[in-house]
Amino acid sequence: MSGPWEGDYRGHVVAQPSSDAQSETRSYVWGLGLAVVLTAIAFGLAVFKVLAGSALLAAIGILALIQIAAQFRFFLHIDLSRSKREDLQLILFTGLLILIMVGGSLWIMASLDQRMMG
Amino acid sequence: MSVQVRHHPGINLSHARPEDERHTEVTVFGFWTFLMNDAILFALLFATYATMVNRTAGGPTGPELFDIGNAFVETLVLLVSSFTFGMGAVALKEGRERAVTLWLGVTLVLGLGFVGLELREFASLIGQGATAQTSGFLSSFFVLLSTHGLHMLVGCIWIVVMLVQVSTFGLSRQVRSRILRLGLFWHFLDLVWIVIFTTVYLPAVAS
Repeated sequence: MSGPWEGDYRGHVVAQPSSDAQSETRSYVWGLGLAVVLTAIAFGLAVFKVLAGSALLAAIGILALIQIAAQFRFFLHIDLSRSKREDLQLILFTGLLILIMVGGSLWIMASLDQRMMG
Repeated sequence: MSVQVRHHPGINLSHARPEDERHTEVTVFGFWTFLMNDAILFALLFATYATMVNRTAGGPTGPELFDIGNAFVETLVLLVSSFTFGMGAVALKEGRERAVTLWLGVTLVLGLGFVGLELREFASLIGQGATAQTSGFLSSFFVLLSTHGLHMLVGCIWIVVMLVQVSTFGLSRQVRSRILRLGLFWHFLDLVWIVIFTTVYLPAVAS
């Protein structure tokens, strides 16, 4: 808890931003920077046709997952610390449900499509 | 000098009484449960879209219709609004009421800008004859995008309500707790939008 912004506490009302607010601001700046860079890369890959077909889909999918993780970390303050374990478990469980439901739906519909339309 | 401990995600406010803190912890966890519920709703709309994306019924296709420049601007507006809300959250933590009002106001303008851009896009699509009734592809597109857009609109209304509450009650405990949950909602909509541009706009522009 020491740093240049802490100053001298004795008899002072500290007007400077606390170290906590500083680190939170830094966290939001990091979040914004990462999000803009990842978004620009994803749009760049697609618009300038750097990759095509399934390679492109895989690349932008991975970029999206990284960006989601970054926003959880920097904007929503979810990390691996013990105090956030419950929330993280809730999010991961939801992720599992989504994986089962979305993956299952796509699988069934693609299979039906292949057998009935193809 | 006390060590600040973060007890829950989002903005962590210091509470004078421990029972207040427990109350906030419980309501925030409940709100997370609602958000994850909402995430499943969006996930199934994405699954519907992915199934329908090639079912154009002879109508216009995604590559013919989508304006990638507009989607990019919408993305940037939304990202910056998430950041400005974050700045508001920091100001809230420090108890600077004017700064909270200012940042919430900036976020509101960006949010309304996003909704405006989206409505302009819808109007242009409908003008080209690409209505929700045209094909399965366009039905699922409009349902997915307008569900997100309606969430954004509700978020904007919520910001207005919070601005009024801040000016009336100041940064009271309830007001701070409500702004905290609004922040989770706002950042969540940003996450949904990342999946939208990744699954809807980018594959269409590349093909």
